Amino acid sequence: MGRWKSGRVVSTREETPSGRSIVLDVPGWGGNIAGQHVDVRLTAEDGYTATRSYSIASADGSDRIELAVDRLPDGEVSPFLVDVLAVGDELEVRGPLGGWFVWKPEQTEPVQLIAGGSGIVPIVAMIRAHAAAGSRARFELLYSVRTPSDVFFASELEGLTTTYGRTTVYTREVPTGWPVLPGRVTREVLAEHTIPASERPSVFVCGPTGFVEAIADWLVELGHDPARVKTERFGGT
Amino acid sequence: MAGFTRGFSGRQREESPELPPGQFLTHDFPVLSAGPTPRVDLDEWEFSINTETGEKHSWDWAALQALAIDDVSTDIHCVTRWSKLGTSWRGVSLDTLFAEVETSYDYTMAHSYGGYTTNVPLDDLLDGKAWIAFEFDGEPLDPEHGGPARLLIPHLYFWKSAKWIRSIEMTADDDPGFWEQNGYHIYGDPWQEQRYW
Repeated sequence: MGRWKSGRVVSTREETPSGRSIVLDVPGWGGNIAGQHVDVRLTAEDGYTATRSYSIASADGSDRIELAVDRLPDGEVSPFLVDVLAVGDELEVRGPLGGWFVWKPEQTEPVQLIAGGSGIVPIVAMIRAHAAAGSRARFELLYSVRTPSDVFFASELEGLTTTYGRTTVYTREVPTGWPVLPGRVTREVLAEHTIPASERPSVFVCGPTGFVEAIADWLVELGHDPARVKTERFGGT
Repeated sequence: MAGFTRGFSGRQREESPELPPGQFLTHDFPVLSAGPTPRVDLDEWEFSINTETGEKHSWDWAALQALAIDDVSTDIHCVTRWSKLGTSWRGVSLDTLFAEVETSYDYTMAHSYGGYTTNVPLDDLLDGKAWIAFEFDGEPLDPEHGGPARLLIPHLYFWKSAKWIRSIEMTADDDPGFWEQNGYHIYGDPWQEQRYW
């Protein structure tokens, strides 16, 4: 994991009305495993610092890392990263961190990915790693978002449908011509659109606390072994 | 690199002396767990301390409630950088639970319902430093926060305060538990910022 390293912003892209992706060049980074996160440290002119952890959307083994950050209205760091940080700016990063919520290309079992909102970020890293490795492991994504414009990495996720299966649930507003009304993921939707417990998939669930709590409880009720259900929760209760 | 981040002035500026370095205050209560929340019936709940001789000291829910119960007001600090100040808990001191336990080992491994583990030196559980807590803010502890009962070791990062506590095993060595095997510090002192290793 090592010491703080300097990262330089090489590009940014607006992903949603409240979030954007940021590509950093970090000499000496040396790659990360899909699903890991990084600490980002900001320093004010008077020496005050603020540090937060962000999931990494990339896992390509290079010295470039991609983050995707959603602006928290009361946040201190995320509004800066989404609204102020510009190409050429430098910030400090430390990582990669975390050895649990990760997927490695040598894994061959089926994988069910379940993301709520910006919880898609570590999941995208896994989908990218899966595609880059030419993995034949079955990969399925269930993605819950408020509206079509809240989808992170929309065109890339759209373009990769040959390497993984995808179901999107829109909770507030659906695309034109969408066959179902907006609504939250229910236990029935979960049962219908995920790999059944009998196939013993590894399951990764990432999103807001309430979403992850509900999904993980239902997965256990549907027969999934709790030891095969890995979770990342964000936000409070 | 430049010594500061262009355009960042900082906003929260909490300089409370109760706040360890690198922490920010939250009034919320974030949940961090590696998997689904275990649901443990009080009828089936048991906590035990197991020693190197094979001796097992165990308590069911009624036996735990019959012990001396402490009201604890304390600050808690999560490795993910949030701290809550002045939280209120009720629980049984580990001093009470260890009163009859004989051991020559210096370390422990806490085991949870659901399979979570974390290592803690015995000294960090004794002398009024740790509890088996079952109430938070005057209410029974929510399952997502570790109910029916969790370890409470406020002077260490909160991943050491194992949720859904089931047993404490005496160990000869300071073997790493779950998060310690996954990159977290073996000890976890918030004032030393012992986050990762």
